[in-house]
Amino acid sequence: MTTTPTPASSPAPAAVPAGSGPWQLARAELRRRTAVKVSLAVVALFLLMAAGAPLLSSLAGWSPEEFDKTAVDPYLGGRPLGPLGGISADHWLGVEPVTGRDLFARVVHGAQVSLLIALTATAIVVLAGTAAGITAGYFGGRTDAVLSRLMDLTMSFPSLIFMIAMMSVAKDVNRILLMTAVIGLFGWPGVARVVRGQTLSLRHREYVDAARVGGSGPWRILTRDILPGVAGPVIAYTTLIVPGMIATEAALSYLGVGVRPPTPSWGQMIAESVAFYDTDPMYFVIPSTCLFLTVLAFTLLGDALRDVLDPRSGRT
Amino acid sequence: MAAQAVPTDPAAPAGPAASEEQPLLSVTDLTVTFPTRHGDVRAVDSLSFAVRRGQTLGIVGESGSGKSVTSLAVMGLHTGARVTGSIALVGRELNGLPERELNRLRGRRMAMIFQDPLSSLHPYYTVGEQIAEHHRVHFGSRRAAARKRAVEMLAEVGIPEPARRAGEYPHQFSGGMRQRVMIAMALACEPDLLIADEPTTALDVTVQAQILELIARLQEQRGLAVVMITHDLGVVARVAREVLVMYGGRAAEQAPVDTLFADPGHPYTRGLLDSLPRLDDSDDAPLRAIPGSPPSLLDPAPGCAFSPRCPRAAAATPAERAHCAGVRPELRPSQGHLVSCHLSLHTAARVQGGTR
Repeated sequence: MTTTPTPASSPAPAAVPAGSGPWQLARAELRRRTAVKVSLAVVALFLLMAAGAPLLSSLAGWSPEEFDKTAVDPYLGGRPLGPLGGISADHWLGVEPVTGRDLFARVVHGAQVSLLIALTATAIVVLAGTAAGITAGYFGGRTDAVLSRLMDLTMSFPSLIFMIAMMSVAKDVNRILLMTAVIGLFGWPGVARVVRGQTLSLRHREYVDAARVGGSGPWRILTRDILPGVAGPVIAYTTLIVPGMIATEAALSYLGVGVRPPTPSWGQMIAESVAFYDTDPMYFVIPSTCLFLTVLAFTLLGDALRDVLDPRSGRT
Repeated sequence: MAAQAVPTDPAAPAGPAASEEQPLLSVTDLTVTFPTRHGDVRAVDSLSFAVRRGQTLGIVGESGSGKSVTSLAVMGLHTGARVTGSIALVGRELNGLPERELNRLRGRRMAMIFQDPLSSLHPYYTVGEQIAEHHRVHFGSRRAAARKRAVEMLAEVGIPEPARRAGEYPHQFSGGMRQRVMIAMALACEPDLLIADEPTTALDVTVQAQILELIARLQEQRGLAVVMITHDLGVVARVAREVLVMYGGRAAEQAPVDTLFADPGHPYTRGLLDSLPRLDDSDDAPLRAIPGSPPSLLDPAPGCAFSPRCPRAAAATPAERAHCAGVRPELRPSQGHLVSCHLSLHTAARVQGGTR
């Protein structure tokens, strides 16, 4: 670089468009990091697992709700037969104590439920938060005041208590849908604040004035001029809130107000396994490891994305 | 330079009243007030001017004299400010026009370029995309057609290899090239009026000349009306046909450029000209600054805004001084200029020794 006076794009004129755009630069930067590769692989693994849950469990030969009394010892309080919680060629990750349900099938289906709720809630949070933040930041004035107060209100609300209460009271509804909505409801102000702050600094840039001078209306300015500027921080922030969402889902399920059994979920499995920590530690280890790995992978990915896409924001 | 090609009578006195054809832009009694916590700031006060097709009006003044506020008011970009008076583009009143209507005119009929081309270009898009964007906004043209137009415009503003350069980002251009891109962007939709807000301030001197020549050439080719806002008297002398000198949000003097430089009528204009360093000065001659500082526009004095700094007022009789400080001077014709000064030239003659 120091010896060539021309920018990096000039040695290969054919390659000028590729390699110099903001996204290409970000991709090249991300590709250099090992943590990104590893965490991407883990995230991809769990996503594939979640997406192919029925296929995988049928491959293993067990459905998540199928009892297998032959795998547990009825005389020892339903302790799984065999070492490490009954890991065998038949049950790849062992079985649940007492019922003998296949742990692999349950973990895989649990991943489906956990990730579905976490990712949908994240999508709601990000869309609502970005829309609210960009509107508040760009239009300012009364719009900003109303939206900002709404953010404060939502943030100061005792959200966990509300979630628990809401989930306990609602009886005959789709639990997964309700959970997504309830988790999503309290997440948007975080995104909205990030986006609002970024928009505030962007809307006074001269290129926004230049766009207005060129006759662009507010919608066009928001989508064409402001949105690319907030996209970086939003993507980074999104990846960082996914683990929080997974953890919240697990927490609610752990507390017994999440998805209803027999639908499996990681939090629920961890809650049930606590009773067996002494006799069958593997029952606790397996869903916990999945939860830990997913959360860690998303966090690492989010950190790296933030470093690359939003270099100005400090680490918290 | 460009002004010479214009087929209007050079002897015609300045001012909107004197034009035979309808001026392209005519601003009458423009007042822009910003409400603040400490009271109203009157950034522009009863300003009137007109620009015809093919003509260049230079607006000169120091920082805070209301030049940029005026240009933004013409473009209708003030939010939260009270804009009164009339801004007419080809007879159509712009002040009070709904935002949607204004958007249709901005970029299409009137365009603007800014001081710093790097911050006026979006770092996220290639310059070709940005020029094409303006075209698409107004003509709804397809991507390919707009891109073709962008390349044409880049060629027109003198960027070599326009087809390749259109695919590059603003940071890959030099300062002068960026300003060329800005001009290409501003003129992509064939506007009639170009407002240039200090277009050369951020550029070095040789590039300044190139940019001014480019604007002059495009003006000649298209019959553009140009409003050149600057604090650089050299730029004004080079491009403008008529000059409006602003002080404290008001017009101090308006005159054809040659008259203004040869025989400034307002003491402020005279001070500005005097403060230019001269080549024939000795090396250690001090720079002649105008003493004092510009007035606060918050709650302005009832009289002439320049009177506290005015050498003529300082040399005048106490009665005249009281008149200057208490009564606002109107913009009046005086020897081919429009000057807003109570103390006419014969009064000025008494203090000639003090100013020159």
